Amino acid sequence: MPVGLVIVAHSQRLAEGVREVALQMTGGSVTIEAAGGVAGGALGTDAEAIARAIAAADSPDGVLVLMDLGSAVLSTEMAVEMLGDRLQGRVVLSDAPLVEGAVVAAVEASIGRSLDEVARTALDARQMTKVKR
Amino acid sequence: MGNSDAITLEILRRITEVMRENAEELTRLDSAIGDGDHGTNMARGFNAVLPKVEAMAGQPPSALLKTTATTLISTVGGAAGPLYGTAFLRAATALDGKNDIDERDVLAAFEAALEGIKARGKASPGEKTMVDALTPAVDALRAAVEQGQDLSTALDHAAAAARTGMEATIPMLATKGRASYLGERSIGHQDPGATSSYLIVQAIADVVRENSG
Repeated sequence: MPVGLVIVAHSQRLAEGVREVALQMTGGSVTIEAAGGVAGGALGTDAEAIARAIAAADSPDGVLVLMDLGSAVLSTEMAVEMLGDRLQGRVVLSDAPLVEGAVVAAVEASIGRSLDEVARTALDARQMTKVKR
Repeated sequence: MGNSDAITLEILRRITEVMRENAEELTRLDSAIGDGDHGTNMARGFNAVLPKVEAMAGQPPSALLKTTATTLISTVGGAAGPLYGTAFLRAATALDGKNDIDERDVLAAFEAALEGIKARGKASPGEKTMVDALTPAVDALRAAVEQGQDLSTALDHAAAAARTGMEATIPMLATKGRASYLGERSIGHQDPGATSSYLIVQAIADVVRENSG
């Protein structure tokens, strides 16, 4: 079973949009969950919703979580603690840029790479050049 | 304090009131150096907390604080959610099993809350955060308790120190949170997180004073 992915963003539409773009690369073989915004539609992140998304994306091979901005990281760290020992050790928080990281991670996960490999390649997305100078 | 559960509930009511009254001011401070939602977020969080704790009559302080924590975590939205959530959770753990809270228990709860915020935010004093209001508050509380001051006096010292700490964030350069994206432009503005932390300590001190003696 491929590594699962979770997209955490301050805006629900941002999280779902990144999920949509990343899913396009996988042929439906990878579970990607989006956790964006807080109940009522405000901008922000909700540790409980993130915990649910991680549990839904969980696979024996683990879960990689990609986040947009600072407090999304705090909420995700809290979510992982809330999930307890059950998932600890197979959830990795990625410092990758959100969009590039998610796309690269989705491709890697879809070809059956391990959590370590998916995480490392996603992080390498920081070096990707979009505009040639 | 013999009626610690009732006082805890009154403190949570007061904090909610204060967050509602100061929502605009906190948001104004946050608009200067952050994403401009701290006041709205804190008011939304405590507006969600209040009905839950009001329905918990007779339960011990630690249970009220734990419900406060889990509610803030899922409703605040910004960094303050996990940060204050962790603080209230650690305070709840420190007060676990205690129905008659004394000044040493309050000190232990404050120390645990501050340690929780520092660990969650990986923050130290001087970085223009909540920690800059709470560290001097906890230091002042500890000093007063060790000198044998009563709880109300000790909390008044803590609130005064939190205010001084909050004001001291104005010239600081932010290196944590959304304000860090502003670099040098964060200098000259009071930190909204330090401000809400001061308001919480002041609310606790006010309620305890009104219920003492």
